[in-house]
Amino acid sequence: MTHYVILEGVIAFFLIAGGAFAFIGSLGMTHLRDFYMRLHGPTKSTTIGIGCILIASMLYFWVTEGKPDIQELLITLFLFITAPVTAHLLAKTGLHLRLEHVEKTRGHPVELRREEVGEKPVPHPDKGHG
Amino acid sequence: MLDTALWISLALIVMALALNVYRLTIGPSLPDRLLALDTMYVNSIALIVLLGLWLNTKHYFEAALLIAMLGFISTVAVCKYLLRGDIIE
Repeated sequence: MTHYVILEGVIAFFLIAGGAFAFIGSLGMTHLRDFYMRLHGPTKSTTIGIGCILIASMLYFWVTEGKPDIQELLITLFLFITAPVTAHLLAKTGLHLRLEHVEKTRGHPVELRREEVGEKPVPHPDKGHG
Repeated sequence: MLDTALWISLALIVMALALNVYRLTIGPSLPDRLLALDTMYVNSIALIVLLGLWLNTKHYFEAALLIAMLGFISTVAVCKYLLRGDIIE
């Protein structure tokens, strides 16, 4: 009997944690100041939130039906693989379109050329002389 | 206990969806709106999983997996279009 009470508590904890993480991610996406800051909320917090909710669902159906199921784990795995890819492509799109950024997010990734981070294009040193 | 937790989680997810709609409406640039749409996909997966818990059925997980795949593919396609001006080169 106490076994089920403990499991119910664990499922309830995962449900509330997942909802809270997803809400905090969306809150960050709404309230932060520029696109590169807003990218942080959904890509990390919302992903861990939906992971928690799917773990809660998997535990619930495991307890009620007596055997584990792989489908929820499949959705979790798929989301955890695709979220960084989406974030990378969105960040590249933002750099490509030269979106406005506030002063604090003006760091330069070393592997990008100067014109790819929104500065004026610089002539290649091999061209333009002679 | 589980009913209360389900209600709290549903309320939080619905508030997150409302915030996403707000960002989708006012978003100053195109990648902002794309990010809001992608987050709406993820939050709607959470909503469908919670609906499956509420109705005590497992039939909604295929729909959740389908929405996950379609969301990823559409986001990548629009990103490629914005980056290169073409989707399949």
